[in-house]
Amino acid sequence: MGQHILVILPHPDDEAFTVSGTLAKHIQDGAYVTYACLTLGEMGRNMGIPPFANRVTLPAIRKIELEESCRAIGIQDLRMLGFHDKTLEFEDQDRLDGQILSLIEELKPSIVYTFYPGHSVHPDHDACGEAVVRTIGRLPKEERPIVYCVAFSKNHQQVIGKPMLINDVKLFLQQKIASIQAHRSQFQAAELMGNKPLEDEEIQARYGTERFWIYPFQ
Amino acid sequence: MQLINQQVVQQMIDGFKDEDLYIHLEMTTGAYAAHLDSSKHPAANFITNAAIRYSHGSIAGSGPFRVGLKMEQGWIYSEGLTHWEETETDRLLLAGHDGQGKLIVSLQLSRVPF
Repeated sequence: MGQHILVILPHPDDEAFTVSGTLAKHIQDGAYVTYACLTLGEMGRNMGIPPFANRVTLPAIRKIELEESCRAIGIQDLRMLGFHDKTLEFEDQDRLDGQILSLIEELKPSIVYTFYPGHSVHPDHDACGEAVVRTIGRLPKEERPIVYCVAFSKNHQQVIGKPMLINDVKLFLQQKIASIQAHRSQFQAAELMGNKPLEDEEIQARYGTERFWIYPFQ
Repeated sequence: MQLINQQVVQQMIDGFKDEDLYIHLEMTTGAYAAHLDSSKHPAANFITNAAIRYSHGSIAGSGPFRVGLKMEQGWIYSEGLTHWEETETDRLLLAGHDGQGKLIVSLQLSRVPF
């Protein structure tokens, strides 16, 4: 069996723009990918245009979208951990860290993808990244998977420098765009894509690379 | 959801009068407000499944609408409501969406928890 990769992100759709192309490449190379999605994005503001979701139906709709996105990427194992959108930074840390630790113990991933704590704009993103690096940081050095973080806050490069990994995912745009399109309550794909083909220069420039930082454990 | 039918929503508000209810009340600018435009002040609040009871209430305005519910001790108020869920008969789901279809405000009432 190939590499085992664990992705830990808080909302359905967080995977689409940040890591879906990279995951599709890993999977083509024989990796087994588990995606632990912490919430169902219950508090999302996008309901579709015109709105086909509402505050009550949104979680069930986003669950289906997430499953479709995972199929598009080829992700073999999706876990929905059942935390509530917007509450991760207030959640009982022992409970959050305990669930992350049990995933790591069960799956023994060699790579973990998550958000860079403090550089990921949304409080849930930062709280998710913090929980992941807190949990992995407690492991003995030799047992720690490598942690690749996504960052996109305004000043992030001034603090954490240039990305350490720039993945060219142009060969996996079909999977990536299908992942984005799966989240139809959240993204109006027509707006994002126009009617441009995947070979279009603008599409390739916009979606063709994914950038990561390796988390520097002490 | 559909654009609010004021008359039907008023009937539903009347139908919930003097009953123990659960409320979901929310307002948000979105978590990315300041990331996208640094002049914006991101703010949000929500309360889910608080128990309430009101003695009278109404929907006002000509769209977007306002709703006020008078309780024994105090008021519930919401402004900017544009849509309601017409398929829900036992719960009242109201929301306000902006020009891009994003939810800004919501007010929901139910006899059982959300």
